Amino acid sequence: MKEKQVILEIQGMSVSFDQYAHGFSKTTLEVIRDLDVKVHEGEMVAVVGSSGSGKSLLAHGILGILPYNAALGGKMLYQGEELTQERKERLRGNEIVLVPQSVAFLDPLMKIGPQIRKGKKDPASRARLDRIFEGYHLKKEVQDLYPFELSGGMNRRVLVSTAMMGEPKLVIADEPTPGLHIKMVRRVMEHFRELADRGAGVLLITHDLEQALAVADRVAVFYAGTTVEDAPVSDFRQEETLRHPYSKALWQAMPQNGFRFIPGTQPYVKEMPEGCPFAPRCTQCTEQCRGEIPFRELRGGRVRCLHAV
Amino acid sequence: MREHLLFMGKQAVRMVLLLACVSIAAFFLVSVSPVDPLQANVGQAALGSMSQEQIDKLNAYWGVGTPPAERFVSWAFDFFRGDMGISLLYRQEVSKVIGAKLSNSLWMLALAWLISGTAGFFLGVLSGMKRGSALDKAVKGYSLLIASTPAFWLALVLLMVFAVWLKVLPIGLSVPIGVEAKSVGLLDRVRHAVLPALTLSITGISNITLHTREKMIDIMESDYVQFARARGESSWSIFKNHGFRNVILPAVTLQFGSISEIFGGSVLVEQIFSYPGLGQAAVTAGIGSDVPLLLGITVISAAIVFGGNLTANLLYGMIDPRIRRGGRI
Repeated sequence: MKEKQVILEIQGMSVSFDQYAHGFSKTTLEVIRDLDVKVHEGEMVAVVGSSGSGKSLLAHGILGILPYNAALGGKMLYQGEELTQERKERLRGNEIVLVPQSVAFLDPLMKIGPQIRKGKKDPASRARLDRIFEGYHLKKEVQDLYPFELSGGMNRRVLVSTAMMGEPKLVIADEPTPGLHIKMVRRVMEHFRELADRGAGVLLITHDLEQALAVADRVAVFYAGTTVEDAPVSDFRQEETLRHPYSKALWQAMPQNGFRFIPGTQPYVKEMPEGCPFAPRCTQCTEQCRGEIPFRELRGGRVRCLHAV
Repeated sequence: MREHLLFMGKQAVRMVLLLACVSIAAFFLVSVSPVDPLQANVGQAALGSMSQEQIDKLNAYWGVGTPPAERFVSWAFDFFRGDMGISLLYRQEVSKVIGAKLSNSLWMLALAWLISGTAGFFLGVLSGMKRGSALDKAVKGYSLLIASTPAFWLALVLLMVFAVWLKVLPIGLSVPIGVEAKSVGLLDRVRHAVLPALTLSITGISNITLHTREKMIDIMESDYVQFARARGESSWSIFKNHGFRNVILPAVTLQFGSISEIFGGSVLVEQIFSYPGLGQAAVTAGIGSDVPLLLGITVISAAIVFGGNLTANLLYGMIDPRIRRGGRI
């Protein structure tokens, strides 16, 4: 797996918003900073972080669909070349695809078939969609349904189908299984695993560590807008192989590992501490943690902590 | 099928109730108005020189002295039999007066309604899609300015500019003065309807524009448009596939619902342009205590407005698949 080509590499990505606080005084909120992720061919990387950590913005940033008042910083490489806004616009929906959370992301007034075909009516598009639907065991009649008429079981397969209209090399799945039964989750995850096994890179954005560990190859732990650790899934088998104190805390919070939690909450963007964002909740925090903390290689993974060994 | 019949039945009952309430309210207002029909229509001077006998006769003609409830019941009874009564001022059957006035007004109002609807819709869509652009700011500014402009003032300004200064359009009425009815052409009628229709559509635009713009912004920020963008759809494709589809429904509903506003506006505008339409007839009837005509106009206008709202309801059921397929109307 190590030899495979890197599909997506994100270095020090940041997303900030301009906000007008009182009258005309403009403040800039940096919601994501120092985000580093790497996705290889045929690899499934899970970005795991709690709600409100800015995970969805990562997906929007890669696709170039951030809101107009957002600014994107850092470097993004797709297949070794810089991923500019213009390139994003050319690739999205074709090589880079997004699989959304739910059918709420489909137009309620447009039938499934035409919607997935983006309104195209040519025989080639029709045939392609028919083939995709067959592959997912969806009846042809489903194309004539409106999103509200889909059953829960069809929803996911329809959403995954949207990704297949192009030639996906990078699949971004943004919380694809919210509130689903574990059986369903497994089935959905199988679809993504399948895509990865066919050679695409899959970036799974989720808050569910357990789910991520079940299917992904590597996990990037996301905390307060920053990636604090990047580790192979196998490192999550025991606490000792993990690197960052937050990853360890996540590990401990899993039911089978003691269900323990650490006090405090993720800092709000406006009250972000200098240096390490985890410092206020960390037991190992020292004076140096208030300064710049590099994302460094460590034991086959990467970590953003000065004290990690 | 049963559901549709039930729906239509319900709507019919609703319409009858509405018309009953509206006519009662209108009648009540006229009967408590301090206007003395004799003084208003015969004139103080003429009244002084009349004998008591003549005055009694006129009183009986205008129904002075008859209890209001009795007058209303006899009117309502006749109305149900299809007899709308005789207009006291025009001395013609109310149905004929309304027919004549309505044919003057209706196409002028329809023109104003169509212009304001289509122009407002497109302006709203454009400015909503190009939110924050110079175009958006101009459209928004125009709409807000017009929304706070009284229709009668705008009518006067248009009258001054086009009829008085530029002398390109007639100053009033629906046909040229001193021309035989036979020789009045369509062009003459159109020329006379332009200013009133323009006034009504200019003031009507802002409402539909601002609503459509707001709705369009919601749509552009919706999850499904964001997803469409993520799937590489262009702005035009997004509008064609998702924007139009989702914005047309509320716009159509609003436009059918706004028939009442055009009707209301027509009362003032027809007065200013001396346009002999329904609005002007309503004013004349109200001031002159011509109760049969006033009630007739009220009921007909209410029915048209109700019809507009009903159409909006039905269209919703026909266009929106969630209603069409998802269950009952």
